Amino acid sequence: MVKRLSHALMVAGVVGAAVGLAASADAQEDPIRVGSFLAVTGPASFLGDPELKTLEMYIDRINGAGGLLGRPLELIHYDTGADANTARTFVKRLLDEDEVDVILGGSATGTTMAVIPLVERAEIPFVSFSGGVVVIDPVKPWVFKTPHTDRMACGKIFEDLQKRGLTKVGLISGTGGFGKSMHEQCVDVAPDYAIEIVADETYAPSDTDMVAQLTKIKNTEGLQAVVNPGFGQGPAIVTKNFTQLGFDVPLYESHGVASKKYIELAGEAAEGVRLPASALLVAERLPLDDPQRPVVVGYKTTYEAVHGPGSVSTFGGHAYDGLMMYKAAVEAAGTTEPAAVRDALESLSGFMGTAGRVTMSADDHMGLDLTAFRMLEIRDGDWVLVE
Amino acid sequence: MATIKPSGYSKHRKKQTYTRRLGTRATPMQMLFSERVGGMGALILVIACLPLLLSNNYQYDVAITMGINAIVVVGLNLLVGYAGQVSLGHAGFFALGAYASAILTTRYGLHGALALPAGALGVGVLAYLIARPILRLSGHYLAMATLGVGVIIHIVLDREAWLTGGPDGMYVPTIEVAGVPLYGGAIWYWIVAAVLILTVWLALNLIDSPIGRALRGLHGAEVAAEVAGVDTTHYKVMVFVISAVLASVAGSLSAHFSEFVTPDSASFFHSILFVTMVVFGGMASTFGALIGAALLTLLPQLLADFSGYEQMILGLIMMLVMIVMPRGLLPTLVGLARRRQREARS
Repeated sequence: MVKRLSHALMVAGVVGAAVGLAASADAQEDPIRVGSFLAVTGPASFLGDPELKTLEMYIDRINGAGGLLGRPLELIHYDTGADANTARTFVKRLLDEDEVDVILGGSATGTTMAVIPLVERAEIPFVSFSGGVVVIDPVKPWVFKTPHTDRMACGKIFEDLQKRGLTKVGLISGTGGFGKSMHEQCVDVAPDYAIEIVADETYAPSDTDMVAQLTKIKNTEGLQAVVNPGFGQGPAIVTKNFTQLGFDVPLYESHGVASKKYIELAGEAAEGVRLPASALLVAERLPLDDPQRPVVVGYKTTYEAVHGPGSVSTFGGHAYDGLMMYKAAVEAAGTTEPAAVRDALESLSGFMGTAGRVTMSADDHMGLDLTAFRMLEIRDGDWVLVE
Repeated sequence: MATIKPSGYSKHRKKQTYTRRLGTRATPMQMLFSERVGGMGALILVIACLPLLLSNNYQYDVAITMGINAIVVVGLNLLVGYAGQVSLGHAGFFALGAYASAILTTRYGLHGALALPAGALGVGVLAYLIARPILRLSGHYLAMATLGVGVIIHIVLDREAWLTGGPDGMYVPTIEVAGVPLYGGAIWYWIVAAVLILTVWLALNLIDSPIGRALRGLHGAEVAAEVAGVDTTHYKVMVFVISAVLASVAGSLSAHFSEFVTPDSASFFHSILFVTMVVFGGMASTFGALIGAALLTLLPQLLADFSGYEQMILGLIMMLVMIVMPRGLLPTLVGLARRRQREARS
């Protein structure tokens, strides 16, 4: 009985979908519906808030310039509060009720992973703004992502160590989600750069003193550099303790602390610290012939003109990249038909975004390489490009 | 102190139940308006007719989430509403059920239909072991202890990434029955509906049994109940285990339905949400709990269109209900209706 009923419903659904397709085919003047689900409130609002502002701002600009393929864009957004179950329900709503043409969103890895089975089944292109490698590894046909991963941050640090001829590294990692994930990736990727991890210590995100762990690292035989995967205030304390203990090796921080706040917290101790970061952070300082310069300077000026000086963040940049990639893909495909847009996204080549140059392929749905990161050094309380 | 009502164990016939006295036959009308016949009938009718209004997967999703929340809340209502014990850790049991299904099916290849009872059994044993010492506490101390249990479960699920996938969660495969994957709103609607009806039926029978009377007795006055010969610890532990097992079953269903679990499902706020549903709908009222679960699942969806203001409106609605109807939605409305009836008669 139940089975027969579900069968009947399924048939009804297929018929409904067919009717819907036929209806949408002859309505060319319809807006292109862009669905989004972001963590605008809650613990991850520092991600979702700039992302939503960016999407709203740039969709207005695209519409002002005549829209996409002559059709206006319409943004449909729901706030997930970084909750995976809420995200799932809202994505079903985007897919079934709002019938969107594309989904741009998913501030955190958790919410993105939760909705992947839904978009894969619905066969709608989905560009995520989340950091985790798991989103695109293994590759899922309909899922793409814009931000670089923590694995690449480790790679960038190790590449810089290699250039300086340093191989023996001490790790001091936070045990929060970010530190833990990056620590795993660093340990995993180290052999590729012939890096040997000679010390491996951890601290809790709420710790206020890391002298004990650092002393142990300092006493390790043959130590040549210290890397600190962590997020929040922990790395600033590590930096201070590091200077107090008088280390004579360089300290590398992660991209997680790439903000002015870190320099403020660590003060003079931050002098000489190196870290990988997005080009957006040093937009004006990029050389004039840098191919990424127009994109990052353009985004930064536009965003700060509306939301005040100093408000720009890399997270908003991820949303900008996602929207612009979709725009490029639709223009290349000449249609918003999901399958064609997906193919166009996958064959995107040489696209310049705020995260770097993107070249997608069938087995890489992020398309960034290590040039996405810039190695920065802190000198006189400000960022300086190393290369 | 307050008067002792209603009775725990009374050998005198006149005080046996609160709906009708033993030895007197209920009239057909009374039967119709009783919770066990009329209420159940109304519930089954609503569940059977609801699919007529549901047109797509999203709407089914909301209905199913309502059902899953309702299963937890009906169980929690037995503990909070009838036995008068606070639990701020039930999301922990919900998440344990979900993770039991997720881990047993993905890592050990167990069938989903076996993982669910296995998870429920595990949670039941755990709840029993925890309940014995915890339920010696009362008031704020009990709330603190259950809160602690929930937080510990959350931390374990969050940190033991080798088993649980860590903060980013893990996938759960769809259940297959005879080679047919159980996927889609319609199928899950009927699965959850069946479990919900069974849960409500169990809860109503439990409340109308000697156990239910003992529970109400210990809610009214624990010392008096003990004096009357009720083994209060035994009953408290029993109802705690029952509500934990129901939460675990709901968790397992939600894991297979949504094909994904995250440690967030064990979060403190999720526990608070369950308790809020009980209080909002009306404590010590099974159908009140159902209405609380349904409304608090539906409201955020209805309010999502007022982007930016949805939290404020939701808060306002909840405050108003609690100020105007301090006993909860359903008991207040039923009380009003009864008073009207009496006034009309006199």
